Amino acid sequence: MGELLKVDKIKTEFQTDKGPVTSVDEVSFDLKEGETICLVGESGCGKSVTSLSIMHLLDRNGSVTEGSIRFEDKDLAHASEAKMRKIRGNDISMIFQEPMTSLNPVLTIGDQLTEGIRLHMNYSRADARSYAIEMLKKVGIPRAEGIIDEYPHKLSGGMRQRVMIAMALSCKPKLLIADEPTTALDVTIQAQILKLMKKLREESNTAIILITHDLGVVAEMADKVAVMYAGQVVEETDVYTLFDNPKHPYTLGLMKSIPHITNPDDMRLNSIPGSVPSARNMPKGCRFYDRCPHAMKRCLAEKPELKPIEDKQAHSIRCFLYEEEEKNYEKKHAEKQHAEKEVSS
Amino acid sequence: MLQYIIRRILIAIPVLFGVTILNFFIINLAPGNPVDMMVNPSATPEQLAATKHALGLDQPIWVQYWNWIVQLLHGNLGFSYSTREPVTQILMAHVGPTVLLMGVSLIVGYLIAIPLGIICARKQNSWIDYLVTGFSFFGISVPHFFLGLGVIYVFASKLLWFPTGSMNTLGGDGSFIDTFNHLVLPVLVLATGIGGNMVRYVRSSMLDVLGKDYLRTAKAKGLSQFLITNKHALRNSLIPIITVIGIDIPLLIGGAIVTEQVFQWPGLGLLTIQSITSRDYSTLMAINLLAACTVLFANLLTDILYAVADPRIRYD
Amino acid sequence: MNMPLDQEKPLLQVRHLKKYYPIKKGVISRTVGYVKAVDDVSFDIYPGETMGIVGESGCGKSTTGRSLVRLEDPTAGQVLFQGKDLATVSQKEMRKLRTDLQIIFQDPYSSLNPRKRIGDLLAEPLLAHKMATKAEAEKKVNEIMEIVGLPKQYKNRYPHQFSGGQRQRIGIARALMLRPKLIICDEPVSALDVSIQAQVLNLLKDLQKSLNLTYVFIAHGLGAVKYISDRITVMYLGKVMELATTREIFEHPKHPYTEILLNAYPIPNPHERNRTQMVIEGDVPSPANPPKGCVFHTRCPFAKDICREKAPGLTGKDHLVACHFPIDEGKV
Repeated sequence: MGELLKVDKIKTEFQTDKGPVTSVDEVSFDLKEGETICLVGESGCGKSVTSLSIMHLLDRNGSVTEGSIRFEDKDLAHASEAKMRKIRGNDISMIFQEPMTSLNPVLTIGDQLTEGIRLHMNYSRADARSYAIEMLKKVGIPRAEGIIDEYPHKLSGGMRQRVMIAMALSCKPKLLIADEPTTALDVTIQAQILKLMKKLREESNTAIILITHDLGVVAEMADKVAVMYAGQVVEETDVYTLFDNPKHPYTLGLMKSIPHITNPDDMRLNSIPGSVPSARNMPKGCRFYDRCPHAMKRCLAEKPELKPIEDKQAHSIRCFLYEEEEKNYEKKHAEKQHAEKEVSS
Repeated sequence: MLQYIIRRILIAIPVLFGVTILNFFIINLAPGNPVDMMVNPSATPEQLAATKHALGLDQPIWVQYWNWIVQLLHGNLGFSYSTREPVTQILMAHVGPTVLLMGVSLIVGYLIAIPLGIICARKQNSWIDYLVTGFSFFGISVPHFFLGLGVIYVFASKLLWFPTGSMNTLGGDGSFIDTFNHLVLPVLVLATGIGGNMVRYVRSSMLDVLGKDYLRTAKAKGLSQFLITNKHALRNSLIPIITVIGIDIPLLIGGAIVTEQVFQWPGLGLLTIQSITSRDYSTLMAINLLAACTVLFANLLTDILYAVADPRIRYD
Repeated sequence: MNMPLDQEKPLLQVRHLKKYYPIKKGVISRTVGYVKAVDDVSFDIYPGETMGIVGESGCGKSTTGRSLVRLEDPTAGQVLFQGKDLATVSQKEMRKLRTDLQIIFQDPYSSLNPRKRIGDLLAEPLLAHKMATKAEAEKKVNEIMEIVGLPKQYKNRYPHQFSGGQRQRIGIARALMLRPKLIICDEPVSALDVSIQAQVLNLLKDLQKSLNLTYVFIAHGLGAVKYISDRITVMYLGKVMELATTREIFEHPKHPYTEILLNAYPIPNPHERNRTQMVIEGDVPSPANPPKGCVFHTRCPFAKDICREKAPGLTGKDHLVACHFPIDEGKV
């Protein structure tokens, strides 16, 4: 599996009347071919902005001001609009949260499905149409030959999301960004869509960035997870480590605050007090400071870095509580490098 | 859809009746009467009474209305009190010029306003946006008579580029070029108002659509900005514009009374003013009826256009 | 847990509640059919308990909730509050009853006048019902704001100055101002972030205990419903599929729909991801044209001929289920 995407310490800012607002700060993660990463966090944590930054789909006043985004051998952070147009829908495609509003109401399903196919794959009109029907069948749309000439309003939310998936996967992208693809759907429909995404992922080996706030969806889908809070990644590791051995106080709080149907009857939810700080006045030190049960004096003034810790699997945390583990990792890492050097020399 | 149209037409009939009744009585409430205007000022009261009797104007008003409506249902709009010509004939002579003037003005106004509105929305808060928006406010707020007199002064009296009024040169050949020359100034005045109004609607509607999720989807597909604006956004943004067009259509007939007066354009607007001053009830009634029909027709057309433009709307 | 005891009198009785919306068509707007949003729903709610209503969109849970406080006039059936039929009581009596019946919405922001300060908004119902003088109302506002966890000094703020969680607290505060007996919570946490959801759920739970409130808790998120409810009604296409205590519903679901609904939830444990999952295909049918027989038969994996023809009645004593072939313990 080769490296597909490397997001390195990007910062996304929006220019407003009251000055620039930083919405994503020092976000890093990487992704191999065919791998699924979940960006998880609450609204305003910057998970959607991160994905829109990769695609250059931010509103006009927003832009990536620092850091780099490497996709295969291309630098996306500084790519021109013309170059991005060739990548969007072709190498990287995207599906969104609201299937009800993500399709154009005045164009037929076929119109919307074939325009990308014709643009990126140079198919003739007739070929694009039969390919589009094939795609609709692939995502489980019944009567695809008829549906292709319908307008979106004739379809249910679940069916529209299937159309969006067909549209996104039609040009065989290497990376699919799915921004809360099942949040607006009923749970039985969500189960259908997740099942479909798993099936298509296996068939096509597409890498996925799945954005969600639902830890259940994360557990179902992810290979690895980046937990985001207030515009930063606070914890990153593989999905098993995250659920078996969560470390960051925010991750811990999040896990204990979800009312899940498998919870024991009389378990009281652990709510995280307060609310997410606004992007306009981010705390100087740790951004979770005023909601954290373990907050220390230095958390107020100093900014913790996202650092790898010593664990069975790769595991990075942005928290001063784990400095010991971080040091252990550094030591081991240095020893390992040293040993490697000796072997090679 | 057909059922819907039939229902709308059936509803329109009582509405039209209501309109004629209201008009008839309101016109008769106005002081003065046609006879005073048509007979010699030195006529004796007996002569006046005789003329009134001959025209049926001495009968109770509801009888007059009954007579009028019975004639109408026979397809007869009556005779003009002032010129003695059949009203149908008079209307026919005036409808053409008005439709020509207003049709050209609407088309010119829209052709300028719609692209400008799109540009303004695409480049919101740029200098071009400010310029166009400012100009549209001017177009909406400046009174037509004032603008009309202004352009006559500049382009007709001073620069002598265009004639000051009327539709054709007196004794001229009535050629297309001649009519065109006469059209320029009134169209300029009317299109300024129509276009100024339209720019604002197109701009705000387009701004609304540009923020929609499905445009982000279109962009995520890798489409060019041109396709996104003109294929995905334009059709959606035109849906609310249909309402504005629906409101504009009756202007085709109702015309621009003031503008026609200023430019002495021989259309329905001018005819309306003449009929009012001469208390020509039968002509006035006919003009009002025509206007009411046009409004109802325009409303129906608007609804049909909605269904054409927006597949979500189905009347059944 | 507050189990309904036989001798206890229900606070609210819902009897064969129906809410149909006509579909009009043709030249003279003939009614050609009905959207059966709520179709013959009955249940009792006992003082101090929380009745959860769950189901997917279009199942009629919100319409049911709104009918309970007469925000909708039922097409047929009765809603009896302390024995009085809400549909037939006089205007005057209804106004009195409204103080006992309150509702909290998913998005409290849209129901808060943006030009009024929170303090005034909260005092409004008290003054409107002439239940307090200005000074008393002010005292009460302070008291309630403290109860729901809003600092007193926020009284002078406007609705837009609050976060989503705080707005829901305002919504709850407003519902509490008149000291109601029953509060309908219509998706109160669905629009909130996970960490805030827990705050609001805990608040509702604590208030219930301290103020002896009765709740009808409507939500599509089963987790929240399980957390707060004593009993649960599962609805599908306007009908009750199953009604039982929370424990029964989760541990021994009898209706295939309930079973599938529970099964569809993604489990926050990656070690479970390869479990066999019962995923049902297809969408919820339109309530304008519900299937004949059992409304669930089109998606039910166990449907037999009789299910397509005859609608099952809601049967059982404490654990009610509407199914010809309920799941029994031995079978699954």
